[in-house]
Amino acid sequence: MEREFPIESIDALAIGAWILGTGGGGSPYLAQLNLTNLYKQGKTCRLIQPEELRDDDLVAVVSQMGAPLVGQERLIDPATLARAVCLMEEFIGQKFTAIMAVEIGGGNALSPFLAAALLDLPVVDADAMGRAYPEAQNTSFAIGNLKMYPLSLVDCRDNESIVSKVPSWIWMERISRTITTEVGSVASTCKAPRTGAEVKEWGILHTVTQATRIGQTVLEARRNHNDPVQAILELEGGKTLFVGKITDVDRVATGGFLRGKARVSGLGNDQGEDLVLEFQNEWLVARRNEEPIAMTPDLICLLDTDSGDAIGTETVRYGQRVTVIALPSPEILRTERGLLNVGPRTFGYDFDYRSVFAI
Amino acid sequence: MKRIGIDVGGTNTDAVLIDGEKILASIKVPTTSDVMSGVVSATKGVLDQASHLNNGAGHQIDAVMLGTTHFTNAVVERANLERIAIVRISLPATESLPPTIDWPDDICAAVNPMVFMVAGGHEYDGRPLVPLDRKAIKEAAHQIAEAGIRSVAVNALFSPLTSECELEAAEIIRSVVPDVQITLSHTLGRIGLLERENVAMLNASLQSIGRKTVDSFGTALEQAGIDAPFYLTQNDGTVVMAEVAAKSPVFSFASGPTNSMRGAAFLTGLEDAMVADVGGTTTDIGCLVHGFPREANNIVEVGGVRTLFRMPDLLPIGLGGGSIVDVERGRIGPRSVGYRISSAALVFGGDTLTATDLLVAAGRADIGDKSRVHHLDGAQVNGLLQRMIAMLEDSIDRMKTSSAPVDLIAVGGGSFLIPDTLAGVGKVHRMEQAGVANAIGAAMAQVSGEVDQVFSGLSRDAALAEAEAIARCRAAEAGACVESIKTIEVEDLPIAYLPGGSRRVRVRVVGDIN
Repeated sequence: MEREFPIESIDALAIGAWILGTGGGGSPYLAQLNLTNLYKQGKTCRLIQPEELRDDDLVAVVSQMGAPLVGQERLIDPATLARAVCLMEEFIGQKFTAIMAVEIGGGNALSPFLAAALLDLPVVDADAMGRAYPEAQNTSFAIGNLKMYPLSLVDCRDNESIVSKVPSWIWMERISRTITTEVGSVASTCKAPRTGAEVKEWGILHTVTQATRIGQTVLEARRNHNDPVQAILELEGGKTLFVGKITDVDRVATGGFLRGKARVSGLGNDQGEDLVLEFQNEWLVARRNEEPIAMTPDLICLLDTDSGDAIGTETVRYGQRVTVIALPSPEILRTERGLLNVGPRTFGYDFDYRSVFAI
Repeated sequence: MKRIGIDVGGTNTDAVLIDGEKILASIKVPTTSDVMSGVVSATKGVLDQASHLNNGAGHQIDAVMLGTTHFTNAVVERANLERIAIVRISLPATESLPPTIDWPDDICAAVNPMVFMVAGGHEYDGRPLVPLDRKAIKEAAHQIAEAGIRSVAVNALFSPLTSECELEAAEIIRSVVPDVQITLSHTLGRIGLLERENVAMLNASLQSIGRKTVDSFGTALEQAGIDAPFYLTQNDGTVVMAEVAAKSPVFSFASGPTNSMRGAAFLTGLEDAMVADVGGTTTDIGCLVHGFPREANNIVEVGGVRTLFRMPDLLPIGLGGGSIVDVERGRIGPRSVGYRISSAALVFGGDTLTATDLLVAAGRADIGDKSRVHHLDGAQVNGLLQRMIAMLEDSIDRMKTSSAPVDLIAVGGGSFLIPDTLAGVGKVHRMEQAGVANAIGAAMAQVSGEVDQVFSGLSRDAALAEAEAIARCRAAEAGACVESIKTIEVEDLPIAYLPGGSRRVRVRVVGDIN
């Protein structure tokens, strides 16, 4: 059964998505403004459970690509996201029955809603990462070795492209990234269409509900003057890694990624100790005394200790009071095949994945 | 050189008269509802005091520096804002999020902007997004003229990197409406289309109050018998000729706390320190770097509107002399008796327990009637004071950029709230004239010159030298004495995605008033 996605849930989804973004995925602020604005104009969205999809249903997978700094000027327009979906329909000569997000972490969690509000299609309660990652090969669809093409890409000036065929997910990332740069480092994309059966088998399910619930829990804890971080941990079965304040941030922009480290110096029980968070767009590894204690694909989330709001790798700065928590990652990311695409070695580390929940 | 510094706050108008670096006279008078008579009496007050010291002989004043909360208050109170037009040059991008999209309804209604969105603007790499739609701008100008709107904000896509479209739009608008006030967003804000546009729109809506305020300050000074150039203090701790400042009221938004910090730097001789400006309701914690307030690098909300521009990095906490103490919950503030402290606090005969009462009870301050707080439980008072110290220590720590201890300067009417020892603080400095630090900060202010632009095809050294030369030239034009100009800030950012080794260079210099 399709359910209405109420306007009150927009802020909750944005808060939850930003937390699941594990430091990356871009702030949901502009997408949130757009969606709220669409609702005020009378548009609404519906959420459909993946189990309700028929095997031969066709699902559009959308995302906004580009550099966050450029996005601060060019903003986001629901119309280009909707156009990317329609362009794909024209290319494949079939109609979509629903839309879903490629990643639930950060601003792209709201991208399918922006397109869906204009196209009157339901949004699937699922994504393909369960968090945020930078590239196409980091998706559960890539882990499942599903077909990676075609892809449609649209900008605000009627530049419309189709990447009709590529030999691998890495080539898809390379070519779509190049087109994005050429049109000004901001573009709306519709990834390779997925059947209902594929979404059910390889999608990461119920993540829209998960993100919305996390956001609602944070908002409710704030209203009742409870500890929002504690509330998230209880809801998600997470683990506190460290409590402290940011004492150093070291960032370098290389090869389209934001890499670096943030040092947290302990407060309270962690007084006298340091935790170092290493990032490539997202928080990837947490080290205590040089020893990695948490790592991708487990979700490492840096939260404002008081508000429970997520802090991104672009916005982290000296003096912030933070709690570092780990949330369980979707099972598929932890499988042998999954770890080839999102494990620590994929990001250049020379150690194997060990679950923070087993340590 | 003799100068008068005046800081017009919500409660008090403070003034000082200085000769070089010597303070000859200082005064605090209540701010009047017409503001100007307060300025007149404060000015006359310091002139009288100083001439008294000088055996009755008057003083020739060379310059007057004024700091005012007028413009911030107008935004916060949604009062005296004028109707504006906004021309955003960015189509076909950004259409779904039109101007004022993230404004609170009440201020949107107060400014009621006439909105135009036209095609044009640039990409991050300097290419035009699409050709500028000159016809649409001309059409907008005609509608602006017809509506009788006197102030226009113009915001183009990526204008901080390429200002071409904004400049051309201004020319087109002026060709239709010659005497209209035009605010160009690139002169005020940074990358971030909505935040920069918000600053430009606020600035445009303050044009008429900016003009009126400067005119009436002029009249007030004339009435006080002063014939000297006058300046308005800015968010960055410098001053600008009043005539010029009237066109950019947003640059005066935070001049109050900034002046306090500059005054604190001058009175203690400290260039790098933390400043706690304690008022009746709040304490502003700021950070001095080379004698100037550290700039905020993040979004600052003004009256509920998100902005990103040159503002001091301040951490306000809800703790002041009038903060109400909740004994049961062990909390102090954020609610405060505010200006009613002189009747509401226990030591002043009232019935509300305030932070001031706690200090008197603990014997750390001698204010009012201390017998009225004798009944308070000593251990409880101590516990509450510990809570207050923890609040201060936590906030100071948040504002530090390294873990090394820093010096702290306590200023403001409630500075007795700051204890002599605090964790993370090397030494707490206090000054006799702490109460008028803001007026002193205004009086001491220098003029600045700033450049923030993209240089291409130059080596790093050549680009920095070029930028510094432009900044110096601008400071001299603003009235700085050339020999006194020194560079206080250099920042350069290579722009990897632009060809020819492009870099964005920002240089700020300051100099003494000529």
